[in-house]
Amino acid sequence: MSTVLGPSPAEAPAGAAAPPPADVRSLLRLAPYLRPHVVALTIMLLTSLGVVALSIAVPLVTKALIDGPITERDAGAILPLGLLALGLGVLEAVLVFWRRWVQSNAVLGIETAMRHDLYERLQRLPMAFHSRWGSGQLLSRATTDLSAIRRFSGFGVLFLLVNVVQLVATTAVLLHMYWPLGLVVAAAAAPIVWLCMRFEKEYVVVSRRVQDEQGDLATLAEEGAVGIRVIKSFGRSGHVGEQYAAAARTLHATSMDKVRLSARFWTFLGAVPNLAVAAVLLLGAIGVGRGALTPGELVAFITLMLSLVWPISSLGVILAMAQEAMTASARILEIFDTEPAIVGGTRRIERPRGHLRLEHVDFAFPDAPDEPVLRDVNLDVAPGETVALVGATGSGKTALTALVPRLWDVTGGRVLLDGIDVRELDLVHLRSLVATAFEDPTLFSMSARENLTLGRSDASDADVAEALEISQAQFVHDLPWGLDTRIGEQGLSLSGGQRQRLALARAVLARPAVLVLDDTLSALDVHTEKLVEEALGRVLGSTTGLVVAHRASTVMLADRVALVEHGTITHVGEHRELLATVPAYARLLSAEAWADDAAVSV
Amino acid sequence: MSAATDWRGAAAVDADEAAEAMTAARLGGGARRLLGELLAPYRRALWLLVAVVVVENAARLAIPYLVKVGIDSGIPPIRRDDDLTVLLVVVGAVLGATLLQAVARQLFLVRSGRIGQDVLLQVRRRVFGHFQDLSPAFHDGYTSGRVISRQTSDVDAVYEMLETGFDGLVTAALTLVGTAAVLLFLDVELGLVALLCGPFLALLTNWFRNASARSYRATREKVALVIVHFVESMGGIRAVQAFRREPRNQEIFDDVNEQYRAANLVAFRLVAWFMPGIRLIGNVTIAVVLLYGALLAYRGDVTVGVLAAFLLYLRQFFEPMMEISQFYNTFQSASAALEKLAGVLEEEPDVPEPTSPVALPTAHGELRFDHVRFAYVEDRPVLPDLDLVVPAGQTLALVGTTGAGKTTLAKLATRFYDPTGGRVLLDGVDVRDLTSDTLRDHVVMVTQESYLFSGTIADNIRFGRPGATMAQVVEATTALGAHDFIAAMPDGYDTDVANQGGRLSAGQRQLVAFARAFLADPAVLILDEATSSLDVPSERLVQQALRTVLAGRTAVIIAHRLSTVEIADRVLVMEHGRIVEDGAPGDLVAGGTGRYSALHDAWVESLA
Repeated sequence: MSTVLGPSPAEAPAGAAAPPPADVRSLLRLAPYLRPHVVALTIMLLTSLGVVALSIAVPLVTKALIDGPITERDAGAILPLGLLALGLGVLEAVLVFWRRWVQSNAVLGIETAMRHDLYERLQRLPMAFHSRWGSGQLLSRATTDLSAIRRFSGFGVLFLLVNVVQLVATTAVLLHMYWPLGLVVAAAAAPIVWLCMRFEKEYVVVSRRVQDEQGDLATLAEEGAVGIRVIKSFGRSGHVGEQYAAAARTLHATSMDKVRLSARFWTFLGAVPNLAVAAVLLLGAIGVGRGALTPGELVAFITLMLSLVWPISSLGVILAMAQEAMTASARILEIFDTEPAIVGGTRRIERPRGHLRLEHVDFAFPDAPDEPVLRDVNLDVAPGETVALVGATGSGKTALTALVPRLWDVTGGRVLLDGIDVRELDLVHLRSLVATAFEDPTLFSMSARENLTLGRSDASDADVAEALEISQAQFVHDLPWGLDTRIGEQGLSLSGGQRQRLALARAVLARPAVLVLDDTLSALDVHTEKLVEEALGRVLGSTTGLVVAHRASTVMLADRVALVEHGTITHVGEHRELLATVPAYARLLSAEAWADDAAVSV
Repeated sequence: MSAATDWRGAAAVDADEAAEAMTAARLGGGARRLLGELLAPYRRALWLLVAVVVVENAARLAIPYLVKVGIDSGIPPIRRDDDLTVLLVVVGAVLGATLLQAVARQLFLVRSGRIGQDVLLQVRRRVFGHFQDLSPAFHDGYTSGRVISRQTSDVDAVYEMLETGFDGLVTAALTLVGTAAVLLFLDVELGLVALLCGPFLALLTNWFRNASARSYRATREKVALVIVHFVESMGGIRAVQAFRREPRNQEIFDDVNEQYRAANLVAFRLVAWFMPGIRLIGNVTIAVVLLYGALLAYRGDVTVGVLAAFLLYLRQFFEPMMEISQFYNTFQSASAALEKLAGVLEEEPDVPEPTSPVALPTAHGELRFDHVRFAYVEDRPVLPDLDLVVPAGQTLALVGTTGAGKTTLAKLATRFYDPTGGRVLLDGVDVRDLTSDTLRDHVVMVTQESYLFSGTIADNIRFGRPGATMAQVVEATTALGAHDFIAAMPDGYDTDVANQGGRLSAGQRQLVAFARAFLADPAVLILDEATSSLDVPSERLVQQALRTVLAGRTAVIIAHRLSTVEIADRVLVMEHGRIVEDGAPGDLVAGGTGRYSALHDAWVESLA
């Protein structure tokens, strides 16, 4: 089962290629996404620098006002200077507006483009990739990581630059105005930035811990929800309740660490400007008293000084943001760097007959190359013929069927369709020739129609109705909105049997040359199963079929049966023939064996 | 509905969406009650916090005033005779105020943080416990996805508010009121001029609040679309690739991705208006104060110190206004979350615990249905009137088509549901008079969904009986023929189900679930399609085990496949909630004309 709450996204799944290092290089590799927004980014930079200039200019106007009209008794200068302050203030607001307006468009454009590319790449990556990565892990890359990159590329980088400029420029002005005070500011800035960074680092660590523990708690919540029937059956609510409470208390303790840490941090940040004011007041007032500084300069000084508080304190935050963005970009590159291992060829079959042939096929999952799932499988299915695969659980039947549409690729031998190696065929073309109805049917949160026409989006209503009839899934017409009813997780919930019948209808509707049924009828009751089988018989009359079967009734759909044992086909023949001559086959399916057992028990 | 969204299909309006839509930036009734209830134990601590926060803000507001005093009264003595006393006293006072503020702030942040975390712990435990108390019937309707999101994203939203919002709101409010008061105190005329910005601020903030409430909701809806589509197409990638769905998926994804971008753009642009808007009002106010203040200072009506203090206060005045924009979203999602959580907690358990429970230390396992009626939907009874006695020790098989009421019968015996009429009795005691612990000790059900919890295989088997020894665990698995495959796993019984356990096949999972039930050693065992995922040889092994295990035990077996029925003492054929045939399997087959006989013939035929 895969939910949004996968394992902690921090841990890469086993067998994944080593992720790229989380450093500036990985961030830079994503820089091409900024290219379409160069104009916007330039505007953002220029307006921000303009705002910096204004934040220095306004206090200087204040100084002129105090030192000119008030101290020097020059009434004529009040109005022009006041209007200048007003004008600069309005200009600042306009610049900020302009930056934010341009920024909204640019950063969202960057994020949306990355998400598009990520999704595109993920869809092209084969099952071998997806079987390692839970959809939860992928989701956290498509949301959390992309946001981190967006925040840094649209905001962090800009202010990293702007704040440094403001820090340097303002300090220069202060030094120029009254060097002893300027020196105090310059000396104080470095340790404050350092302290902020240290806090930030500690904060990241404890936040990560809180996140992990929240994840643990979420897992328990998930188990409590999904496993509720088992918990109830065994009356273990108390036990799971205690487990949950214990994890919640752990989280509580860690969260309190975080609270204490951030309390210290914010208290410190709150005290910094006040301490600055105290220092400036002391030195500045003495300076004014002794005539080294004018009253206007003192006021300007205090204002300028305070305008530095944010740039200084936010440097720590921005650097943490940069670290986060680097980690995020490394995680995203990990996906971008994975080449799709299954790439289609160029050949097409003009008039597909559905002749399926497996020659010396070997298969092993990539994370367990030493444990072959299939070895030396040979099978020839004539056009229009249906072959049933029979074997114990875990004998490799499902893996075998997945090789035909190249959901997985063989590790040895080859699979031929109408004499052509499937690896030479155009991938889309191949998959249009082969349709599979899976045992655990995937329904998407979309309309029933959209779910059914997955393999053939141009199917007419008549086609859909026919497929529904074959799979005995006419219940769809009785749903509240008929074919337009949303089903799946976010829609109307269906029973296992109903889902399987829809999956079957979906495969039938695709009108493939080769139809694969992977134990598709397991959740149907005997009566429905019979009806489906009658209808399916008609379809399979003209289509090549590969049917995974656990029950004798399903085997009856097939012309021949292949017995799969320990990853290879040991016998091929007709049902009755195998029943009579192969004891292993008889053990799996025979009615006589049952009858014997029944006789004992009755 | 536009063509672009046709693929979603129609669905009833989700109760959660409704709760979300209703949420303006104010608390609903349920949320308010819940919050009140949660905070009740902390009433005194909260008053203390209010006192602390007032002190903190007073100290903070004192500092610009001290600057004014420093400039107006500290500088002249220095000018006159280089006397630093006044200035040093004032600077000392600034340091004192800074210290006071820091102490108060630290105290406030830690204390309020603790209250927040305590509340959160309480919410988590209550919600989890409450979900556990609610019946499976409730869970069927509510779906696990929503149960999980209540306990994750909703609780997180409340956490977010407690962590950042509370402090921000209190500080912003006190700053606004405090600053206004101080400004008026410093100079009434200039203060009034400065406060002229009030109505503009109120208008802008009010507009923003409403607009951002709407846009925030839109963003949430759109991101949900992106997430659902993303997770489903990645989770179902096998079907996507097998059916060449990629181009259409990309189309849909681009569409929802674009919708999300557009919604986000609206939200970002609102902020792009709001923040500079506040800045504009602030800058104009400062310029006007500067202009007017300079005029007053020129006339000698105010001092330079007052002017400086005004500039400092106005800075403080506008800063929290900017933060409010971020706070609104936090507050909104928290209030929606609280509303939903309150809704869950108000849900009455529909299978309540007895007020005066009957003790039943040992059970023989006689199960009696006394004129039991049951309907999931009113007027559509699944069981119209069921009368049935299962004597202690009997193995009963239930057969019949889907919807005949077999599973319902099992769920009534395990009290997943209560009957709408009549009684279900265990050893003559109404199951509603037994505590759930007592009932579960004696009646255990194994279903076809064999859920495994995270932990080892042994942990999962012991779930049935926590105190069981390893020998007992092995005994159970050996009886079922499951010992061999478990022992062959890399870490044997200690294999982690979450890791290598992903390799367990459906059939193997079912065997583990079976072992769990055998170990629990109940008087009544109910098997609902419990062998459906097993292949024939494994099923046969389980049945052999069942024969020994079920000796002396009452068992109810529900099956589609008649093979499972073979070990039963007695077979019931059900149809539309009624028992249509009842007898020993041999007798029913021998009759030759009944439905069971027909089913049996069809089955034998299917095996041939």
